[in-house]
Amino acid sequence: MKLNGGQMICQALLNEGVDTIFGIPGGAIMPLYQTLPQYPGLRHILVRHEQGASMAADGYGRVTGKVGVCFATSGPGATNLVTGLAGAMMDSVPLVAITGQVTREAIGTDAFQEADVTGVTLPVIKHNFLVMSVEELPRVMKEAFYLARTGRPGPVLVDVPKDIFVEAAEFEYPETVELPGYPPQQNGDPEAIKQAAELIAQSKRPVIMAGHGIIISGAYKELQELAEKGQFPVVTTLLGIGSFKSNHVLNIGLPGMHGSAYASHTINESDLLIALGMRFDDRVTSKVSLFAPNAKVIHVDIDPAELGKNVRPTVPIVGDVKHVLKQLMPLVEKADRREWLSYIDELQRTHPLWREEGDTLRPQDVIQQISDSTEGKAIIATGVGQHQMWAAQLYKFTEYNSFITSGGLGSMGYETPSAMGAQVGMPDRVVWTIAGDGGFQMTLMELATMVENQIPVKIALINNNSLGMVRQWQDIFYDHDYVATLYTGNPDFVKLAEAYGMRGIKVTRKDEVGPAVEQAMKWSGPVLVDFHVDQMENIYPFIPPGTGVGQIVEDPRLIMKSVP
Amino acid sequence: MTQKPKKLQQHTVVALVYDKPGVLNRVVSMVRRRAFNIGSLAVSHSETPGLSRMTFVIEGDDTVQEQVTKQLRKLVDVVKVSDLKGANAVYRELSLVRVSATAATRSEIIQIVEIFRANIVDVGHDSLIIEITGDEEKLESFVTLLKPFGVLEIMRSGRLAMVRGVSPEPNANGSSENPDSTLANDVQWAREDSSQAKPTPLLPPG
Repeated sequence: MKLNGGQMICQALLNEGVDTIFGIPGGAIMPLYQTLPQYPGLRHILVRHEQGASMAADGYGRVTGKVGVCFATSGPGATNLVTGLAGAMMDSVPLVAITGQVTREAIGTDAFQEADVTGVTLPVIKHNFLVMSVEELPRVMKEAFYLARTGRPGPVLVDVPKDIFVEAAEFEYPETVELPGYPPQQNGDPEAIKQAAELIAQSKRPVIMAGHGIIISGAYKELQELAEKGQFPVVTTLLGIGSFKSNHVLNIGLPGMHGSAYASHTINESDLLIALGMRFDDRVTSKVSLFAPNAKVIHVDIDPAELGKNVRPTVPIVGDVKHVLKQLMPLVEKADRREWLSYIDELQRTHPLWREEGDTLRPQDVIQQISDSTEGKAIIATGVGQHQMWAAQLYKFTEYNSFITSGGLGSMGYETPSAMGAQVGMPDRVVWTIAGDGGFQMTLMELATMVENQIPVKIALINNNSLGMVRQWQDIFYDHDYVATLYTGNPDFVKLAEAYGMRGIKVTRKDEVGPAVEQAMKWSGPVLVDFHVDQMENIYPFIPPGTGVGQIVEDPRLIMKSVP
Repeated sequence: MTQKPKKLQQHTVVALVYDKPGVLNRVVSMVRRRAFNIGSLAVSHSETPGLSRMTFVIEGDDTVQEQVTKQLRKLVDVVKVSDLKGANAVYRELSLVRVSATAATRSEIIQIVEIFRANIVDVGHDSLIIEITGDEEKLESFVTLLKPFGVLEIMRSGRLAMVRGVSPEPNANGSSENPDSTLANDVQWAREDSSQAKPTPLLPPG
C-alpha cells in the first residue's frame, strides 16, 4: 500500500491504538493536518498554546496508561512543547510528540520557523528522531511508540520535514522493533530477591516507600498484598499517591519536605526501606546523609541508573515492580508487627498535621470539602506550589492513579491542560483541577479549549493573590521580604471564566465553600470556582532544604527555633 | 599555569554505538548535563560496519563511574557498554610531538626516540615531528625528557583500550575464556548487561 508521509503517520497512530491528539497546526506541519480528515478515528483537540498540547498529552497518558500524543509545527510550535516534554520525562509519562520541520533542503539555513528541535529536546526527553526519508517513517513511528511506553516510560519526539509529509512510499508497518541497545528488564534477579526476602525477615521496623512505578506497572494488588502479608506500613511519594488506597490502615501517607511529620519520622526510625518504583528525589530524602540513618535499603526500579544514584541500596533489584513483587511475595513470611505499627500510631497521634481553626477561608477547607463531596473518587490535577502540597496532604484518594501532578519538573501551569487531557482520557470520571492563581495564569488560555470541546473539568482556584510557596519561603528565609510575590492586579476570574463561556462561582467565606463545591459538581460543563483564601496561610510541616527530618518544622510557632 | 591538581581517579569505559548522525552529540550531551568529567574520548569505526566504538576515560570516584556506565546504557543508540574496571586490558595512546631540533641537539633527540621506540615522521630545518605510541605514563615521560629541547606542539589521540585474550593468571573456574566476562566487570549489584541484549542484528534495519 502506497501512502504519503502524512498518511503514514495517521495510520501508524491508529495502529498504535491512538484516538486523541492535542495540537496546533502551522506551516511546516500543515500537510499532516490536511490528512487528518481521512482518518476519522483520530480526534484532534485544538489547544490554544503548544505547552497545553504537551501537558494535555501528559495528563492523558498518566490516567490512561496509553501513550499521549501531541502535534506542533516547526520552530516556535515545537519549542513551546518543551516544558511539557521535560515534565513528562521527569515523571516517566508515555508521550509521543510529532513536530513539523522545515523542508530537508532548508534544514540548516536558518529558514523561517526553523529551530533545531531534536537538538533542543535531546537533553530533556527519552529519545528523538529526525526523519530524513519517507521510507524510514513506519519504522521510526513503531520505535517511537515502543520506546515511549516500555521500560521506564517517557516522551519521544519525531521531527518530520514538511516535504516528507507529501512524499509517498510503500507503507508496511513493522510488527517488531530491533533495538539491541534498549533491553528493558522485566524480572528481577532471583538471587537479589532472595537477599531482599532475608533482609525483610530480619527487619523489625520495615517501611514500604511506594512510588510512581507501582502505578505505571499496575502493581496495586501486589503492593496491597505484600503490605498486608508482611504488615508493612506504606508511605507514598508525591507521584506514588494513588498507588495505595488512602484509607488503608497501613497507609501513612506522604513523607518529605511537606509530607506529614509522622511519615518522615517513620522513615527516619526504620531499619529497612523497601523502595518500590521510586527514585529518592531530594524532596523525599532532604539531606541524603541524614536520611534514614539506620535503615538498610531494598530498591526496586526498572531503570538501573536510579539504583545507587541518590541513595545506595543494600539490595538493588532491576525489574518491573509488578514482576518483582510477584517473585518476592512467596518468600515473604506473614509477620506480626504490632509493636512497630502501634509505635507509628503513636507518632500519628503526637504529630498530627497542623491546622489552625479560624473564621477566615483557608485553602485546606477547600480541599477538604472537595475530598468529602467527591468521596475521594475524583481525578485531581494540580499545579505546583502550596495548593499542590495541600492537595497531596488532604485529598483522601479512594481510587488508584488519580493524582495528576507535576512532581519532578514542578511546572506551574500544568494544572489546567493536564486536567483537560485527563478528562478527555477518562470521560466518565469527575476531574477537578486544584490550581493556584499563579500557575493558573500561565495556561488559562486552555479554558477556551475546554469550552469549545465541552471538556467538563472543574477548576478550584486557590486564589491567594500571590505566588504562595515563594512568599512562604520569603517568610521563613528572607524575613517577610515579599519581593515579586504579591499580585495587585489579578483579574476577576469569575468574569474571565464567563468571558470564555463557562460557569464562574466566587467564594470569599468559609460557609460558602460547601454549597459552591456542590453547585460545581452539579454543573455539567466546565466550571471555575474562585476561592479567595487567606493570603498568608503557609503549608506545614516543612523540612528546610539541605537539612533532615530532625529540622522539621511542624507548625509556624516552631519556625524561630527550628530553622537554622 | 596554576598548580597541578591532585590526580583524579580514572576509569576506562568502552561503548559500542550506532554510527549515525547525532550519536556523538547524544553521548556528549548526556555527559555534560550530568556533570561528568571526561579525561579523554576516542571515537572510531569498529570491526562491524555501522557501529562505532568509543573509549572514555572517566574522572571521578566509583559512584561516578558506575553512573556514567548506566547512563550510557540508557541511550538508545548505545548498543553495549563495557566497564574495564579490574579488567586485564591493553591501553594505548598515540601522540604526535613537534620538538625543536638544531644540528647540535638532533642526535641526542634521536637517541631518546630510539629508547622509547618512537618514530620520527617529519624532519624540518629546526624541528622534528615524532610519533609515539604507548600508555599515558610512557607518553608523559617521553615528553618530559624532550622538554629541555623545546616542545612546540603536542597532539594526543586519547586512550584506546582492549581486553586481552588471555588472563595472565587464569583462575580455577576458567572465567578468562570469555573476554566479555572480564570486560563487563560491572558493579555486581545492578548488572543488566549485553548478555540480555540480543546479540544480532546490531544494525538498524533499513
